[in-house]
Amino acid sequence: MELLERQETWSITYTHALGETASYFYTKIRDEAAIYGKRCAKTDRVLVPPRSFSDETLLPTTDWVKVGPGGRIEAFTIVCEKFNKLPDPPYAFGYVLLDGADTALGGYFRSIDLTEPAAAAAKLKVGTRVMTTFADQRKGEMLDFWFELAA
Amino acid sequence: MSSDRVGIIGIGQSEFRSRRDDASYPDLVREGVSRAMDDAGLDFDAIQAVVYSLSPDAMIGIGNAERLGIDAVGGRNKPFLRINTGGATGISSVAAAYYHVASGMFDVVLTAGADKIGECGDSQTVLNKIWDPSYERPLPLGTINMLAMSAVRYMERYGMTEEDMALVTVKNRRHASLNPKAHLRKEVSVQDVLDSRIISWPIKLLDCCPQSSGGAALVLASERFIRDNKLDAVWITGVGGAAETYWMGDRMGTAPTAEHADAYALARSFAKSYAMAGITDPMRQVHVAELYAPFSNTEFHSIDSARLVAKLGDSVPALRDGDFAIGGRIPVNPSGGTLCTNAIAVTAMARVAEIALQVWGRAGAHQVKGAKLGIASGNGGDHQIFGTMVIEA
Repeated sequence: MELLERQETWSITYTHALGETASYFYTKIRDEAAIYGKRCAKTDRVLVPPRSFSDETLLPTTDWVKVGPGGRIEAFTIVCEKFNKLPDPPYAFGYVLLDGADTALGGYFRSIDLTEPAAAAAKLKVGTRVMTTFADQRKGEMLDFWFELAA
Repeated sequence: MSSDRVGIIGIGQSEFRSRRDDASYPDLVREGVSRAMDDAGLDFDAIQAVVYSLSPDAMIGIGNAERLGIDAVGGRNKPFLRINTGGATGISSVAAAYYHVASGMFDVVLTAGADKIGECGDSQTVLNKIWDPSYERPLPLGTINMLAMSAVRYMERYGMTEEDMALVTVKNRRHASLNPKAHLRKEVSVQDVLDSRIISWPIKLLDCCPQSSGGAALVLASERFIRDNKLDAVWITGVGGAAETYWMGDRMGTAPTAEHADAYALARSFAKSYAMAGITDPMRQVHVAELYAPFSNTEFHSIDSARLVAKLGDSVPALRDGDFAIGGRIPVNPSGGTLCTNAIAVTAMARVAEIALQVWGRAGAHQVKGAKLGIASGNGGDHQIFGTMVIEA
């Protein structure tokens, strides 16, 4: 028998409140081109991105700590496939342990030739030193900064 | 023999395919349920409670689709509970059904669900929404690139290569070719995998699971009910679970509480289910395993976590040696596993169903000879919520 289909698209708008901790983090990025983490007083761990409490001790974090701009690559991937409503490939992104931080922060890796993914992967090896680069015009969001291989 | 064991008395699974244009969503739920009820030889009056297995709504495009599934599971006038732990949903649902029976409140419980991921054109877009809107959502995170980053760290620590990843696909596709219910059943070579297009380096197309449609159901019962009604059963003798921190970046860095290369919380979950089942030496006591691994690389850290090898990373040389193929030391994913069939809402339930069939001796062409004790696992969220079971004849 003839089997029929019906197509639908979900498009739902949310206006998410970021809360005090993420608001401070993004304000510093926007106004000072600086990345801050938050320290757990009990363990001394500096959590980046900052959170209002430590998932380890379950205590509130206390003081803000400026981290980076240098760091080391902890994880990366090079995406070569197009996914709907996600960026056009290829792009490289991953996680970087910024100097002074104890946890890794996600971000794009830019200024790397991605034509040959395996060759790019060799350049992005875990442990590679990177520098944080900030956009000239910053809005207070994750895309205001990215990582480039350290000179 | 204790008198409070919980048995599996009925198993139903669809033949999983990309699309099922002949069946609505409740039709697919009904398919697994009907087969499980036939297998158990019971009618719906015997079912005292229902645990409904359904992962993110957006994957099938129906909000709170458990409502739509109530009729398909015969849920009217019965306690009804939906479980959602992402990819672990299916095994979490079996665990919840187990708790229902083990508590003594119910003698017979049905757990069931279905998925139609082949109808979702944007599954990685849906999965991007599992990340928090504050910090991580602005990045193009998805389950593929999240586990590609696990692969990168696993390569760094244990020397896994792209060829090793390909060997997992080759093994599981060979297994799936023996399993008529599996979705991807065509055998492939290492070169086929290496030549397939890169999705998120080092993961290539043939390192990835498919988007599957189909249903699954299990009927669980108390030992007393099984004995009184002279039913046949296999037994859930170990149940474990462990969650992990949300933050992927906390599983790396200076002094991580876990390691993103490894499935740290999965190992903890296995330790709990082994302790409950009295297993002290999994390398010798486990006969067969169905481990949730949607990408080839993730089978290695799952095998490590199940302690089917002596130490972390040893799964790589052992897989090269054929240890985990049917006929090998401990066959892993003899059904073809999640890599060959992934209907997310019931994928981890299928792991339990397949192990139950194995220890029952009813697995058919992919039967592991002499299997009497098997293990199953499910992983959900951002590599974050894990469930494990031990099942014995």
